[in-house]
Amino acid sequence: MALNRKIAYIDLSTGKIEIKPIPLNIRRKFLGGRGLDAYLLYNHTEKGCDPLGPKNTLMVSGGILTATLASATARTHVMAKSPLGGMIGSANMGGFFAPELAWAGFHHLVIKGKADRPVYLWINNGKIEIRDARHLWGKTTTETQWAIREELGDDDIKCMVIGPAGENLVRFANVMTGIKNSGGRTGMGAVMGSKNLKAIAARGTMDIKIAHPKEALEYNKRFIDQITSAKVNQTQGTLGTPFIWGATNSWGGVRCRNFQYNQELYCDEIEPEAIDEVCTETIGPYHMAGCFACQVHCRAKYRIPTGPYAGAYDEGPEYTSQGAFCGEPDCRSMETLLTGNHLVDQWGMDNLETGSLISWAMELYELGILTDKETDGLDLRFGNDEALLEMVRRICFREGWLGDTLAEGGIIASERIGKDSFNYLIQVKGVSNLHSDERATPALALNVATASRGSDHLRSRPAIDLYHLPEEVLRKIYSTPVPYNGPLSSEHTEYIGKPWQVFWQENCYMAVDCLGICKYHTVFLGATLPNFEDWPKVLYYNTGLEFTPREIWDIAERCNMIERLFNLREGLTREDLVRGDMLNHRYFDEPTRRGAPDVVGRVIDREKFRKMIDEFYEYKGLDRNGVPKPETLKRLGLEDEPSHLL
Amino acid sequence: MEPMGKVLAIDHEKCTGCRLCEIVCSVFHDGVSNAARSRIKIVKWESEGVYIPISCQQCQDAPCKIICPVKAISRDEKLSRVMVDQNRCIGCRACVAVCPFGAMNFNVIDRKVFKCDLCDGDPQCVRFCEVKAVDYVPADRVSSSKKRAAAEKISTAQRQAVALEAESR
Repeated sequence: MALNRKIAYIDLSTGKIEIKPIPLNIRRKFLGGRGLDAYLLYNHTEKGCDPLGPKNTLMVSGGILTATLASATARTHVMAKSPLGGMIGSANMGGFFAPELAWAGFHHLVIKGKADRPVYLWINNGKIEIRDARHLWGKTTTETQWAIREELGDDDIKCMVIGPAGENLVRFANVMTGIKNSGGRTGMGAVMGSKNLKAIAARGTMDIKIAHPKEALEYNKRFIDQITSAKVNQTQGTLGTPFIWGATNSWGGVRCRNFQYNQELYCDEIEPEAIDEVCTETIGPYHMAGCFACQVHCRAKYRIPTGPYAGAYDEGPEYTSQGAFCGEPDCRSMETLLTGNHLVDQWGMDNLETGSLISWAMELYELGILTDKETDGLDLRFGNDEALLEMVRRICFREGWLGDTLAEGGIIASERIGKDSFNYLIQVKGVSNLHSDERATPALALNVATASRGSDHLRSRPAIDLYHLPEEVLRKIYSTPVPYNGPLSSEHTEYIGKPWQVFWQENCYMAVDCLGICKYHTVFLGATLPNFEDWPKVLYYNTGLEFTPREIWDIAERCNMIERLFNLREGLTREDLVRGDMLNHRYFDEPTRRGAPDVVGRVIDREKFRKMIDEFYEYKGLDRNGVPKPETLKRLGLEDEPSHLL
Repeated sequence: MEPMGKVLAIDHEKCTGCRLCEIVCSVFHDGVSNAARSRIKIVKWESEGVYIPISCQQCQDAPCKIICPVKAISRDEKLSRVMVDQNRCIGCRACVAVCPFGAMNFNVIDRKVFKCDLCDGDPQCVRFCEVKAVDYVPADRVSSSKKRAAAEKISTAQRQAVALEAESR
């Protein structure tokens, strides 16, 4: 049964391992996955601890529905204090790791301390072993996985690993599983590296009993039909996320040259159709792959056709790689895109952060804030493909002054570079923004400003706001399971009604992260996809637990609040540019230069933005400073946190 | 009368490797999610992106049936499938050893062998596979899609040849 999956506490300093059940009352309060991870983080880390020190705690988990017959329960969640911004660190990845962990008997791992030499964890049917990983240190992400399989003699082992970037404590190193599934954001790979933890290997054959198997099968079938009938998912299943880049670029919603432009004009080579052609040519007509039990299959397979890495197999490239290796640095070649994507996959670093920081450095170089002295002679102008890829290498291996500096992430790098370099750093809470430009879309601007893990689109983005849906449709979606009678606007350039949408999405995304399912299976890119009304049924058929839609909403609200409590404890201040819910001044001061007629010339209005934040705080039950009111904590049952129940 | 019956037709090129078939198989038969209990398995070469679904071929002249020392394995002509009589099975795994596809499995909990039974005529792996990498088709149609694909190539080549000829004139 899903509910009898355990939690394991692993102290790498002492080698002590403790395994406990997860009590039902905790499940009913936090479900599992990211929500329960947030509870554990708040309870198991000390205020102000060094994110790369032994006192930081690393959580690894699957959701409450992982490996059951809810569709696409592939997601692994990883959480710790972030070495990038010092706020909450949280990353979520697809693939096959979390289901294997669940079959091996576990839903949650709490990893503390630091091993005295490189180690990896071997988790097999209820048992956990700490094994030597000295021979794995230095290996790439895929080399590590295949080596562990060979060593343990089982091809079905699934691993979550770090690459050289994580070992070198690059502050935005990611954790990876498979070829390209990455828990990319907020430097969770660096946290693993700081603990000398190279990998977690899982393999299990333990039954997960389905509470109502017949009903679960029938409901899953309906669920899949609903999900695959959405046009957006059909497109995802053909072109993958590059289609979003193509669509967003067409109206001027992407970033180019570190936020100087909001549209890439010369990008025929990296349009989604061009990528699809390369994939078809190198792999075949059916070149899409799926994560665990998912029918969207949005992962493209390809081989690099040209260049020094010609013939190398990889998957993607995703929207973020297009932004990181083409849009932002203004490079325009397919080879650069596919090679860059391959390098970050192999070395285990966040493509988004890597591309953003290099593009930031490029602008600083063109402005003369960085010179040949700092770049060790590298011509770091925009559009220099070779310099871009060389910089990726220097960051991963911390080579040269600039490589070592950028590896520290934007905040520390801006302190080292000095002058007014910070003004050009497009970040929130120390985390670089997605390669989309939110100046024409206040709802999306509010989302990146307030996302708990720093600037991010997967924590509260009302992406359907871009579709100009009729108000009745918006009202239907956004007024369940909690009634909402306020204004809503179909216009993406508007400010009214957006705070509620962001608040609703924040709870929606938290709920799926607790359940362990993918955001493509909820109201993220498709308005017709399942949400609060559907989850109680999936939960009941698979686990036997009964919830109302409202109860799931309350759980999501509670989990989001505990993330906020963590951030507040670490110094979150509303308008602080490093530790706040605040945007870079360019959002307010520099109008967009390109795009559709209703997009060009836009900025975010400071006063209206402030009002949006006020309203958003009000929905969340926070005061004007973003601190929860006592009655809010009481309503959510968080007045006694940290409660140390688990 | 349906003399030919229906068979599982696997098109491995279409498989996305998601393994939903493994889960629905184990839930349908055993009421649990456990890939180790699935009758169908996706064998993967992840470093090349190759995923191959492997399941029982319901052989006409089944080696498992021939080798079984207690005659626990028989052919069910009605559904064109090979069945294991669990009451007779002694768990010797001789059938596992001779199956050319590795499609005969051994259940470590019950200590008996198990295999695909086509879900009594409504294979769940087929029902849930959206890309139809696994399909359930009348036996005489099993090669028709391949024929069409091959014919398409020939017809394209023919058209190109005609075009070239026209150009050279």
